[in-house]
Amino acid sequence: MRQRPLSPHLGVYKFAYTMATSIAHRASGIVLSVGLLALAGWLIAAASGPESYALAVALLGGAFGQLLLAGWLVAFSYHLFNGLRHLNWDLGRGLEKSEARRSAGLVVLATLLLATAFIYAAFFAGVPR
Amino acid sequence: MSLRSPLGKVLGRGSAKQGVSHWWVQRVTAIALIPLTLWFAYQLMHLPTANYDEVRAWVASGLNPVWLLLFIGAVAWHSALGVQVVIEDYIPKKGAKVLALLASTFLHIVVAVAGSFAVLRIAFTTFSAG
Repeated sequence: MRQRPLSPHLGVYKFAYTMATSIAHRASGIVLSVGLLALAGWLIAAASGPESYALAVALLGGAFGQLLLAGWLVAFSYHLFNGLRHLNWDLGRGLEKSEARRSAGLVVLATLLLATAFIYAAFFAGVPR
Repeated sequence: MSLRSPLGKVLGRGSAKQGVSHWWVQRVTAIALIPLTLWFAYQLMHLPTANYDEVRAWVASGLNPVWLLLFIGAVAWHSALGVQVVIEDYIPKKGAKVLALLASTFLHIVVAVAGSFAVLRIAFTTFSAG
């Protein structure tokens, strides 16, 4: 294959925290893609009968399953807010460096708040109903 | 001398309107997923418990099957597009890349179809008051 010039890789850039928010968007997306498998598995189990459903609940209700659930709640919160940040960029807004840094902070803050609320509701609260 | 007419030369030169398809569908599904995911989270939190009968009654209740099908479809499509670019960016070897892309495509379609079938099966075999 012909050797073509490559663009400089990560090592040449000085670290900026906006880089972390960028890769975290992909990472949280992949985490949520795994969550899609669990969602489908849960529904298929519910459609297949009480024994299958009991197995699904045992898997998701175990320590590892609960850890996964908490991880999906955090990943969803982040992907939601950073996704809104991306949609705002797509409108051509907020692209200045200072604005991108500020929105990165806002996304992290909003994620902490929503994820905390989710985890509280899912694991600690009798949710108001 | 060219035998092509002036019209023949310019036809097909314009945008096929497909170059932005991946980018556009990623955004369309992203926007659809904002209300759908929040609906899903809200619904889950308001299930009294997650036992077998209650979950089935909830899936079958009212328009819930419709929202669930839309949710599964939008998530699977959005996820397929996202995983695709991750594979394209991080797997440099061509053979491995094509295999991973094929696997991801097949898996996403299977998950979407199986998940949707589960929702329909519950909806058509559960009688709920909702």
